[in-house]
Amino acid sequence: MTALPQSTGKKLGLVIDLDICVGCHACVVVCKEWNTSGYGAPLADSDPYGSEPSGAWLNRVHTFEVQPDVGPASIVHFPKSCLHCETAPCVTVCPTGASYKRSEDGIVLVDEDMCIGCGLCAWACPYGAREMDPAEKVMKKCTLCVDRIYNENIPEIDREPACVKTCPANARHFGDFADPDSDVSVMVKERGGIDLMPEQGTKPVNKYLMPRPKTNPLMEVDETFSLADMARENTTGATGLLGWIDRALDRLG
Amino acid sequence: MSADPNLPRALDTNPHVSDEIRQTTCYMCACRCGINVHLRKGADGQPKVRYIEGNRNHPINKGVLCAKGSAGIMQHYSPARLKKPLLRTGERGEGKFKEIEWDEAMSLATNWLSDIRNTDPKKLAFFTGRDQSQSLTGWWAQQFGTPNFAAHGGFCSVNMAAGGIYTFGGAFWEFGSPDWDKTELFMIFGVAEDHDSNPIKMGLSKLKQRGAKIIAVNPIRTAYNAIADEWVGITPGTDGLFILALIHELLKAGKVDLDYLIRYTNAPWLVIDDENSKDHGLFARNKKGEPLVLDRKTGKVVSSKKKGVKPNLKGEATLPSKQKAVPVFELLARKYLNEEYSPESVSEKTGITDSQIKRIAAEIAHAAFEKEIVIDQPWVDMKGEKHDKMIGRPVSFHAMRGISAHSNGFQTCRALHLLQILLGSIDCPGGYRFKPPYPRPVEGQPKPHGGCKPGEPLPGPHLGFLRGPEDLLLEDDNLTPQRIDKAFSWDAPMSSHGLMHMVISNAHARDPYGIDVLFMYMANMSWNSSMNSKGVMKMLSDKDENGEYIIPKIIYSDAYNSEMVAFADLILPDTTYLERHDCISILDRPISEPEALADSIRWPVVEPETQAPGRDVRGFQSVLLDLGYRLGLPGMVNDEGLAKYKDYADYMVNHERKPGIGPLAGWRGKKGEKKGRGEPNPDQLKRYIENGGFFTAEVPEEARYFKHANMAWQNWAVEMGLQDAPIENIFQLYLEPLRKFQLCAEGKAEPQPPDSHRERIKRCFDPLPTWYAPFEGAAIDTDEFPLHALTQRPAAMYHSWGSQNAWLRQIHGENPLYVPGGVCDEAGLKTGDWAWVISHHGKIKVPIARMEAVNGKTLWTWNAIGKRSGAWNLDPDAPEAKKGFLLNHLIKELLPAKEDGMRWSNSDPITGQAAWFDLRVRIEKAENQTGPSQPQFPRQNSPKRSVRTRLGDMLKFGEEWTK
Repeated sequence: MTALPQSTGKKLGLVIDLDICVGCHACVVVCKEWNTSGYGAPLADSDPYGSEPSGAWLNRVHTFEVQPDVGPASIVHFPKSCLHCETAPCVTVCPTGASYKRSEDGIVLVDEDMCIGCGLCAWACPYGAREMDPAEKVMKKCTLCVDRIYNENIPEIDREPACVKTCPANARHFGDFADPDSDVSVMVKERGGIDLMPEQGTKPVNKYLMPRPKTNPLMEVDETFSLADMARENTTGATGLLGWIDRALDRLG
Repeated sequence: MSADPNLPRALDTNPHVSDEIRQTTCYMCACRCGINVHLRKGADGQPKVRYIEGNRNHPINKGVLCAKGSAGIMQHYSPARLKKPLLRTGERGEGKFKEIEWDEAMSLATNWLSDIRNTDPKKLAFFTGRDQSQSLTGWWAQQFGTPNFAAHGGFCSVNMAAGGIYTFGGAFWEFGSPDWDKTELFMIFGVAEDHDSNPIKMGLSKLKQRGAKIIAVNPIRTAYNAIADEWVGITPGTDGLFILALIHELLKAGKVDLDYLIRYTNAPWLVIDDENSKDHGLFARNKKGEPLVLDRKTGKVVSSKKKGVKPNLKGEATLPSKQKAVPVFELLARKYLNEEYSPESVSEKTGITDSQIKRIAAEIAHAAFEKEIVIDQPWVDMKGEKHDKMIGRPVSFHAMRGISAHSNGFQTCRALHLLQILLGSIDCPGGYRFKPPYPRPVEGQPKPHGGCKPGEPLPGPHLGFLRGPEDLLLEDDNLTPQRIDKAFSWDAPMSSHGLMHMVISNAHARDPYGIDVLFMYMANMSWNSSMNSKGVMKMLSDKDENGEYIIPKIIYSDAYNSEMVAFADLILPDTTYLERHDCISILDRPISEPEALADSIRWPVVEPETQAPGRDVRGFQSVLLDLGYRLGLPGMVNDEGLAKYKDYADYMVNHERKPGIGPLAGWRGKKGEKKGRGEPNPDQLKRYIENGGFFTAEVPEEARYFKHANMAWQNWAVEMGLQDAPIENIFQLYLEPLRKFQLCAEGKAEPQPPDSHRERIKRCFDPLPTWYAPFEGAAIDTDEFPLHALTQRPAAMYHSWGSQNAWLRQIHGENPLYVPGGVCDEAGLKTGDWAWVISHHGKIKVPIARMEAVNGKTLWTWNAIGKRSGAWNLDPDAPEAKKGFLLNHLIKELLPAKEDGMRWSNSDPITGQAAWFDLRVRIEKAENQTGPSQPQFPRQNSPKRSVRTRLGDMLKFGEEWTK
């Protein structure tokens, strides 16, 4: 058992906007790219050119098909990585103290020197956000790019998680949820950001913004958008196939 | 007992990242983003790529990077990299080679090619893939003197490019983009992911933030279509019909921008209405050749160029010749107001309800005319009229392969541009915006050039835009094509990008003639870049009665062990994108954005020999220039008889297409003080590198919209060397060259087409955008083949290149066929089952997955995931080979035989674009529910690997820097 901090100064985490995520995997691959040469052991790939390639990733995009009551089915892309929970079950379950939550910023990390690769934390995580490294047999997980966000060797503007910097659709945002005025806190408030599986009681720091409602193609013609109404103004008094042209040309002078 | 949360942890939050950052241009797809390549000393003491990220200052991607871009490290260190020149030792297709030295390789190539050049240059067919160095390769082929050159546009999206250039002097992607910051309604057709990969995602994000509506038209609701506010799950091949129904609605309601049409288009031009004359349907012109219009104030027929003329858009005019004539606008209104284009009439064919079509038409009209944008920016048009404002119609569009890769694609692309123009939304605030050097209308484009004389260059560039039948490239009989791909012949008269997909098939059939050397670059023609891949593999390896290959010699350049490598005789190994020079040139289609002219370079951020032991590869463009020198090609040999250019970098700096105009626009002039025009600057590449690998020049504010008619733009474009004089750009709603072909087909004008082509030209070459059913569907029994089958481009994989990529193949290592729920139920299929998919041409066995968010008659899969066993240095049992598959095996390059035995190319009849998406199929549950996918092919041997990574290894990239 490993204890969680009583509280953390900051609550660093991500807001992920499912309304704009196109499922392009940019965040997935940049995460692999940054972290394989960064924190801890490389993110290894077994059988990389073989018949069963399989590697450790800290972030993956899942795709779901949704069938609403009315209207056609749609697709939701769902990027998933560690949510840096306030009551992280992966930490409390760790028998060695390898899994821990930082008291200064709330980031959940694995101290690989102490990790025995027992895998209990991955079992405890309800989100499936941890992966065992196939080479080193240590548990790998999102570090919120702890080796980027404070790194003075990186220009200040780039001191954010690699996935946030790279997202072409700007669907990922990084910030401090402890600060009610931070961009991420405001965004969550305005868009009604949600916790993933709140019933698990993990109090995830990361939040998701849900897809906005889509146009139902079967809906009746909206009064606002009736071409017949628009036409009335344009074609009153017009005769013949293109009668409206005369009046329109008259208006041009 | 609990472990203490405050244990001291050995955590370095400040680690060293890289020894050096070098900035170049990405090449993981064709999007051309700027990248920062972080280098760090590797275990062997050589610089090694540690991290690749987007360049924040770059005009294309502004710091972001996609999945492919971030996986560049795995591409750069791929075990499929070729290492040395190779000479075939086995039979074609086996993949057995011996390594040779560059000297031997270059001597061989020179010998093979010099004979041809001195006797019959057309015996060389030189076709390049997705390399974006066409301004060099085309120039080289022109100096060689073969008429047989093109890049891959013919099987990619020439309908989009040619439809756009012919209509308004632009198109999408490199040519122009939506005004993401101002548009209020955006419609995207036929795109899941695109060449313009990151800019579209960045743009969509902007729209979402502003709450502007996105409507996606696509049979499949993935990617961009998944996040769109509204999805139109259209039936493949019917986009043109849908668009013309929108036009029907807009015309009926009078919701078009008449002022715009009169000012900038040929809507008022008079078309001769004299059915039996040889000029019926041509524009009425005066003696000076100026089109005539009907003055609505005086009722007289006058020149469209007359100052202050107020042309009418309808009514009948009598010409001085006594012939009758009618304005273009009246003709188009008559055509599209016809009931055949009403929403009710098109609903069944398109699969879209009439109420949805009507509502979308209304939303378009609302955005265009009720949300008008006004910018207080005075400007002067090319007639000298001053405007104190820029008026915008904030509706914008993007489209690509989904609408263009059909046999009716050219007309569909034209229809979409017609819609844009009727709304007045081309290059206005909130609409579509040209990117420099565009607009470039047909008047500013070359014609195609043929002719072929031993030992002489071609008189001009191969590819261009013909103005009429007089520009066809035919032999003296006016029937036989000059080109091996039959471009600019009756088969595909306006094939501005050539027909790369027909080259191998025609060369094998020796129709119109046999060739001696097939020379290709970066084009996987024996696999995913060809229709009928199995047939193409056979054509490449077929022998004649003497035991000689029918296509005698094949030279191929690629950086990787692709499927095409196995079929070549001589392999010239190319570098990876981080080891090479390139220019994304102003002479071609540069990286400009609407408000800035921009071009860019690649440069060797690492040298090949440092990147793996024994690596001995050369950039293809440098090899081509060397070959040109060895062949003595004009422009590649200096006065002393030595090579004019040391390598491609030298060419990029010192080549001048005309005085002061070279491949790169930035830092010209002796001291780098000039932009666009200026003498070569020996420090030019250094200046590019210092600036992050790119150059930008801001378009002046008064020149940023209405470029087609904006004097400030014209002056600036001339100043920057984009053109030599102002070019009038009247949008061609009615496309006269098409009518000229119809007149030939009607027997009223010369030259005469073969009788077999007459009906097709009469029907398809409508000078006004039209719709006809895609050819394959019309040629087969649709009860037998009731379904459509398509591919989509995945965002995390680019063509075949990505398959070797250790990271990307974990995302897209297999590609199920996605099958609509209704079709599954009918065929008794469920996810994970194996099924046969059958077309008129062939059958494939594939794993399927059920899906609902798709047009109910459409099956689809990801593009180019399937691999030939053994190719790309993957394990022969790789999922790409055993579960992956290609639809290509179902698609034939020829349509089913007609009654007279004639077989048409499976292409658009106007441009020759490969009609990939016309495919019709049926699906049946396979009797044997186990893999592998079918067809399978004999395993391809792999040349020696260039790195020590072995199959089955554990890849631990970065371990030397971690622990």
